[in-house]
Amino acid sequence: MDSFIQQLINGITLGGIYALIALGYTMVYGVIQLINFAHGEFFAAGGYVGVIFLSFFAGLGYMETHPVLCLTASFILAMMYCAYLAIGVEKIAYKPLRKEARLAVLLSALGVSIFLSNGLMLTQGVYVKAYPSELFQGGLNFGMITISYLQILIVSLTAALLVALNLLVFKTKIGMAMRATAQDKTMSALVAIGSNNIISLTFGIGAALAAVAGIMMGLYYGSVNYDMGFVPGIKAFSAAVLGGIGNITGAMLGGLIIGMVEIFGAGYISGEYKDVFAFIILIGVLYFKPTGIMGENIDDTRV
Amino acid sequence: MSSEPILELKHVYSGYGSIKALRNVSLKVYPGEIVAIIGANGAGKSTTLMTICGIVPLEKGDVIYNGSSIKRIAPEKLPTLGLCQVPEGRRIFPRLTVEENLILGAFYRDDKPEIKRDIDHVYSLFPVLGERSRQQGGTLSGGEQQMLAIGRALMTKPKVLLLDEPSLGLAPIIIHQIFDIIADINKNQGTTILLVEQNANLALQAAARGYVLETGEITLEDKASSLLHNPEIRKAYLGE
Amino acid sequence: MIQEFKKIWKQYAITMLWLLGLLWPLLGIHPDGTLSFQQTVTVWSYILAGTFVCFIIYIINKSGNFKFFTEPVVNTSQKLSDMVQDMPSWIWKSALLICAVIYPLATGRYATDVAINVLLYVSLGLGLYVVVGLAGMLDLGHIAFYGVGAYTYAILNVKYGMGFWVCFPLAGLSACIAGCIVGYPTLKMRGDYLAIVTLGFGEIVRIILNNWMSLTNGPNGILGVKTIGILRPVMENGFTFEMFWVKKLEIFYYFALGLAILTIIAVTRLNFSRIGRAWESIREDETAAELMGVNTFYYKLLAYAMGAIFAGFAGALFAARMKFVSPESFTFLESVMLLCMVVLGGMGSIPGIILGVIALIALPEVFRGLESYRMLVFGSTMVIMMLFRPSGLISAKRTKQMTTKSEVKE
Repeated sequence: MDSFIQQLINGITLGGIYALIALGYTMVYGVIQLINFAHGEFFAAGGYVGVIFLSFFAGLGYMETHPVLCLTASFILAMMYCAYLAIGVEKIAYKPLRKEARLAVLLSALGVSIFLSNGLMLTQGVYVKAYPSELFQGGLNFGMITISYLQILIVSLTAALLVALNLLVFKTKIGMAMRATAQDKTMSALVAIGSNNIISLTFGIGAALAAVAGIMMGLYYGSVNYDMGFVPGIKAFSAAVLGGIGNITGAMLGGLIIGMVEIFGAGYISGEYKDVFAFIILIGVLYFKPTGIMGENIDDTRV
Repeated sequence: MSSEPILELKHVYSGYGSIKALRNVSLKVYPGEIVAIIGANGAGKSTTLMTICGIVPLEKGDVIYNGSSIKRIAPEKLPTLGLCQVPEGRRIFPRLTVEENLILGAFYRDDKPEIKRDIDHVYSLFPVLGERSRQQGGTLSGGEQQMLAIGRALMTKPKVLLLDEPSLGLAPIIIHQIFDIIADINKNQGTTILLVEQNANLALQAAARGYVLETGEITLEDKASSLLHNPEIRKAYLGE
Repeated sequence: MIQEFKKIWKQYAITMLWLLGLLWPLLGIHPDGTLSFQQTVTVWSYILAGTFVCFIIYIINKSGNFKFFTEPVVNTSQKLSDMVQDMPSWIWKSALLICAVIYPLATGRYATDVAINVLLYVSLGLGLYVVVGLAGMLDLGHIAFYGVGAYTYAILNVKYGMGFWVCFPLAGLSACIAGCIVGYPTLKMRGDYLAIVTLGFGEIVRIILNNWMSLTNGPNGILGVKTIGILRPVMENGFTFEMFWVKKLEIFYYFALGLAILTIIAVTRLNFSRIGRAWESIREDETAAELMGVNTFYYKLLAYAMGAIFAGFAGALFAARMKFVSPESFTFLESVMLLCMVVLGGMGSIPGIILGVIALIALPEVFRGLESYRMLVFGSTMVIMMLFRPSGLISAKRTKQMTTKSEVKE
C-alpha cells in the first residue's frame, strides 16, 4: 500500500510535467491544426536555458543568498526565451505555409525539430548538463512514503499554471478570441480579431509552459541533454491526443494519465517497457473512442 | 442623402486563383441607404462582399470606404473603421456561448460599460438571444443563429453593414422578422446596409436601390422599385 | 532592385536579429557568472555570411539577372521533357533501365553501396506512398515494417538456419501482419490521430527490439546473418546444383534493382486500378467514398498491408546485405526521412518519389564533410525546401494527366 501511494505521488509529479508540455501541443493544434513537432525542442531548450541561468546566478554567488529569487528569475527568463523562440519559429517556418497542404507544414515542423535539437547539441555539447542538485534536498516523510520538496514544488507550480491557463482561456476576452480563432479564422477577422497575433500568443504561451516543464524535468532528474525533447515530446503529444487534441482540459487529463501509466507500468510490470505502456493505453483508448477522451468530433482533417 | 458615397467599388476584378469571380464591378453605396445586390447562384455576390472585406484578394480596381482606399488594409482592421460583414451561412462561433459571441463582436473596443449596454440593446432587439445567453452558439436554431450573427455585427458599431443572404435556409416568418429588424437598424441607427440576396423580391422591397450581378458583372443598376417592376427582372429572378 | 525586395530584405534582417537573440543566452552566459559576446558574435557572423551569400544569389536570381544562364537551361529541359513525352514511353524507360543495369559496372564500390541504399529506399518509399499518397493516411512509423522484415529474416536465419528464399516471403508476410495489427485499431481514426498511433507503433516496435534480449539480442543486434544463396547448375559430374553465396556488392545491387522495379510496377498498377481509385476516393472524402459503396475498412487495411509488404521485402534484403541488424537502423528519424522522401519529391508522383529518395540519400553523403553540422543543415534544408516548393519537386499534376489519359484509353 505504501509503495502504491508513493508511486501515485511520483505519477502525479511526472503527469503534471507531461500535462504542461501537452498543453502546448493541444493549443497549437486547436488554433492552426498543426502537430508542432518542434514543441519537444522548446521543452528541451527551456531545460537548457534554465540550467544556464541557474548556474549563472550560482556563479555570481546569488544562489546562496537569494535562492528563491534566483529560481523564480530562471523560470521567468526561460519562459520568455522559449516564447521568443516559438514565436520566431512560427513566423519563419509555419506562417508562410498556412495555405499549403498540411503535410508541407508537418515536414517543416519536423525540419525545425531536427534543426533545433542539433543546434542545442552544437552550442551545448553532446554530454548531459547537470542541474545544481543542492537546491532541493529532503522532503516530508510519512512512514514509508516520502514526498520531496521538489515534488511539492512541481505539483503546486503545475497546478497554479493550469488554473491560470484555464482562467485565461475561459474567462478573459483574449481567451475567448483564442477559442474563436480556433473555430473560424475568417470570421474572427471579420470581428476584428487579428489571427496572426492570436497564433503568436498561442505559440508563446505553449512554449512558456514547455519551458517550465523543461526546468522541472531538469531539476527532477538532475540533468538535461540535447535530445531530451524527443521522448517526453511524443509522450506529451500522446497525452494531448488521448485527452482529445485541441481540448485544453483533455490535455491536462491525458498528461496525468500518461504519467501514471508510465510510473505504475514501470513499478509493477517492467521498467524496460515503460514507454510501451503509454502507447498501448493510447491505442486502446483511441480504439474505443477515436477522438480521445474529451475530444469533439473534428471534421475530416487529414493529410 | 449626401453626394459622397460611403462605400464605392471602382472597376473591381477579383477571384480565386485562376478563376475570375468578379469582372469590372463598380458600385456605390451612399450613407444611410439600403442597397441590394441580387443575382443567381454563383454570380459573385458573396465574393463581392468578401472582396470588400479583403478576404478574397483584389486583383485590379479599388475599394473606397469613407473617402480613402481600403484595399491595403488588413481584414481584421476593417471592423474598427466601422465596416462589418455578416457572412453567408452566419458563421457564429459554435462552441462559444451566445454572450461570448456578442462580446467578441466588440473585441476591439475597451469601454466595458458601453459594451454591456450594447449587449442589452442586442437582447432588446432579439429577446430570444437574451433567453439563451449562456447557451452554446452551435445549439441555436438557424433563425436564432442569424439573429446572433447580426447582433454580433452590431456589437462592432458598424457604419456600414454588409449582409450576405440573411434569409438563407430560414422559415418565411423568421425571414420577415429579420428583415423588419434590418429596416429598423437602418432607420433608427442610421446604419448603411449593403444587402446581398437571392430572394430578390424581399431584398428589393427592403432596399432603396439595387444592382443585378450576373456571372461576375453588374448588368443593371436602378431604383429598387423600378427593378421590382422591370419585366425582365421579374422573369429572371421573381419567377414570373 | 532594393526597393522591389524591400520586404524580403526586412524579413531577412529580422530573422537574423532574432537568431542573434536566440544564440546569445546559449553561448554568452557562463556558469562562472560572466557574460561574453565574442563567441556569439563570431558564430552569428559565420551564419550571417553563409546565409547572406545564399540570399544574394536568391535575390539576383529572382530579379532575373541570371536569365542568360537559367533561361537556356529551362528551355532545354522543357524541350527535353516535351521530347520525352512525345517519344513512346518504352524508349526512355528502357534507356533508364539500361543505365541502371550498367551502373555498378561503371562505378566503384562506394557508389554501388549508395545505389543499393537508394534502391531499398525506393521500395520503402513507394510502400509509404501507398499509405500516405494514395490512401491519404499519415504514417509516421513506416520504418517499423522495414524493421520487422529485417528482423524476421535475421532471426529465422540465425536461430533456425532458414535460407533467404524461404524467409523472403515470410518477411513480407510478417510485415503484412504487423501492418494489419497497426491498421486495424486505427481504421476508425481520422487525420492526425493516425499520426500519433503510427508513431507510437513505430516506437513500440523499436522498444521491443531493444529489450527482448532472448529473441533480438537487444541493442547489440544480431550478427552473422547469411547472405542470399542461389542454386546454380553445375555441369561437372553430370547435372547438379551448387549453392552459390552472393558476396559481391554488384549482385546485391541487381537484387535491390529487381525489387525496386517490381515495386514500381506493382504500385503503378495499383494506382491505376480499381483499388487505386478506391484509395483515392477515401483520400479525397472518406464519408462520400463510404456512401458510394467503397468498403473503406477493407481498402484502408489493404493500404497498410500493401505498404508493409514492400517494406518487409526491402527489410529482408537489407538484413541479407548488412549481415547484421540492430534497432539503431529503425528509429523515428528514419521514418521522418522516409516521409520526407515521399513528400519532397512530390506527393502523388512515382518519379517524384524516386527523385526524393535520391536527393535525401545522396545529399547527406555529399554533406558528410560537414560532420556534426550535417543534421543541422539537413533540418534547415527541409524547412527551406518546404517554404519554396511546398508541393514537392515534381508536383502531382503529371500523374493526374496520366490517369485521365489511361482512363480515356480504357
